[in-house]
Amino acid sequence: MKAPHVEYRNVQKSYDGRVLVVEDLNLAVETGEFLTLLGPSGSGKTTCLMMLAGFEQATSGAILVNGESVHDLPPDKRGIGVVFQNYALFPHMSVGGNLAFPLEVRRLPAPERAERVARALGLVQLEGFEDRRPAELSGGQQQRVAIARALVFEPGLVLMDEPLGALDRRLREEMQFEIRRIQRELGVTVIYVTHDQQEAMVMSDRVAVFRDGRIEQVAAPETLYEEPERAFVAHFIGENNLLAGTVVGSDGDICVVDTQGGTVHAFDVAGSAPGDEVLLAIRPERVGVQPDGVSADSVSDDSVSDDTGHYANELAAAVVDVVFIGDHLRVRLKVGERDDFIAKIPNIVGHGRVLPGDTVRIGWATLDCRALPPDPTVLQTEDDR
Amino acid sequence: MTTATTFAGRRLGRYAYVGFCACAFVFLVAPILVIVPLSFNAEPYFTFTEGMLRLDADAWSLRWYRSIVEDEQWGRALVNSMIIGVAATVLATTLGTVAALGLANAAMPARRLAMGILISPMITPVIIVAVGVFFFYSKLGLAQTHLGLILAHAALGAPFVVITVTATLAGFDQTLMRAAASLGAGPLTRFRRVQLPLIAPGVFSGGLFAFAASFDEVVVVLLMGGLEQRTIPRQMWSGIREQISPTILAVATLLIIFAVLVLFTVEWLRRRSSEVSP
Ligand SMILES: Nc1ncnc2c1ncn2[C@@H]1O[C@H](COP(=O)(O)OP(=O)(O)OP(=O)(O)O)[C@@H](O)[C@H]1O
Ligand SMILES: [Mg+2]
Repeated sequence: MKAPHVEYRNVQKSYDGRVLVVEDLNLAVETGEFLTLLGPSGSGKTTCLMMLAGFEQATSGAILVNGESVHDLPPDKRGIGVVFQNYALFPHMSVGGNLAFPLEVRRLPAPERAERVARALGLVQLEGFEDRRPAELSGGQQQRVAIARALVFEPGLVLMDEPLGALDRRLREEMQFEIRRIQRELGVTVIYVTHDQQEAMVMSDRVAVFRDGRIEQVAAPETLYEEPERAFVAHFIGENNLLAGTVVGSDGDICVVDTQGGTVHAFDVAGSAPGDEVLLAIRPERVGVQPDGVSADSVSDDSVSDDTGHYANELAAAVVDVVFIGDHLRVRLKVGERDDFIAKIPNIVGHGRVLPGDTVRIGWATLDCRALPPDPTVLQTEDDR
Repeated sequence: MTTATTFAGRRLGRYAYVGFCACAFVFLVAPILVIVPLSFNAEPYFTFTEGMLRLDADAWSLRWYRSIVEDEQWGRALVNSMIIGVAATVLATTLGTVAALGLANAAMPARRLAMGILISPMITPVIIVAVGVFFFYSKLGLAQTHLGLILAHAALGAPFVVITVTATLAGFDQTLMRAAASLGAGPLTRFRRVQLPLIAPGVFSGGLFAFAASFDEVVVVLLMGGLEQRTIPRQMWSGIREQISPTILAVATLLIIFAVLVLFTVEWLRRRSSEVSP
């Protein structure tokens, strides 16, 4: 079997010898893959990139590129392209000089250098900018030069550390698309770092969600959204309602959970046994809301309610707040003690309106409710909001 | 009424301020500038003659300038100053820059202590350094040699380089070095092509200070230098002690012009480099 392009094996990193900034990292990146490290500030994303680029040494464990340990290779011998957050363009060289630098270091003959520089500039749509100084470029143009420079010596692997962090939103979205296009065009492996989950979802083949130096889950963006395996991921990716509960029964993949608002069925992710504490995660757009006393038939769709018009999982709730967004209504509900339960109701003609103060019945399909291992810190942050 | 008073008061304050500045300026510069007309004295005195004050053409002359050119001692002193100054500058700049680079590395242990030791020659009274160097170099047979003076002057000049380069390095973005490494440049190439060009202004002005330190230096030369190592300051010293000739005023005037030219050059270079990389 072919070795993965990059592999972290039981990698640990500590800067001060006491705190592990990266705890036991295991990750394989396939050739041609676009993998994103996503996580909050300080979770160790940059550290992981820098160890791979050779600027930091792992405290223990091994990093393999094409199946071989890179432990003894200095950064200049690794042949990995790196795009830094602040661009790190050489201010005393022109754009052409910046791009030619890696080629001069590799002693390529001048005609080939010129040809490759021109091609790289074409790739990032900056033809004719050779003679400008970095200081004479806009942020987005500097960013493109940084990307072109990391690609011009044709590395198979490119690392990007929050390359779009300094750009405004419109430019960010444009560049996300550009980077993805270039990556597909060249077929290079990209490891990308961001703390913007939307950016990660848009660009990546797979996303590794980081937290405190650990990977919580690695999966395709869709899987992360639909099938989070940890409360942190459910909470971090998109919006999720989290309800604490206790398992009272279990039947294969489905478990029965007691919550403050009532008893519900949920998809059992953690393999829990009766008596276990779990966190239920339900997406706001998967929640149905029925005004009390109104026939369920008129308001709910088939996936949520059964033949009798009742939800498979039904809880009583009180409407705290309704915000009209346009294409949907954002309803804040009080379930049990907590009043931060969110439901998004599509704005369909004839939909029953709900008003603050109403008592309603909310419900969802069993498979849309995931019972996850409890995570005190995640609920804590929910409380703080 | 009140406005008028405050206005007058403010004007008075302003005059006082300008007056004070003018006094400070005269205090600083006058002793130097007074040398310039005196160097054109036709008489072998260090004072203004009556003729000079009356602006008699006869009372002024270039004879002291001519005597610089004619007296081979001054020529030799200039050559010595140049040899020792340039060699000491090259040595001080190289060592000082390398030291500053090492001191900028966060991984280096005892950085503060090393920094303190490196710049101590600047703080210690020169006479103490000179005496120490004299006894030490005598044992090594370096007293009364050009090499001995070059080494001693390099030690005196290096702190200036360490300080200016350290200051420049504070504004140097270390990720540029990482970027260069990721692009395949080894340590030497990184230094030569990325770091050195960017810290060059600091290296250059440090070197200039080091040269000035050597070019001015008289205490170490007095103790360590023999007849063969007479530098310009040393020659001026004997000019005052032994000959009492206004030739030294002419030399001093030339040195002032030289210093002003150097300052303009530095400023010009600085402007040019800031145009290149703002
Ligand atoms: N050179 C260093 N020396 C000591 N500690 C460091 C160093 N670099 C990072 N750390 C610590 O390691 C932890 C992880 O840092 P890292 O830069 O990898 O986080 P990150 O996920 O990239 O965060 P961000 O999104 O803010 O860039 C942080 O707690 C940080 O304080
Ligand atoms: Mg980071």
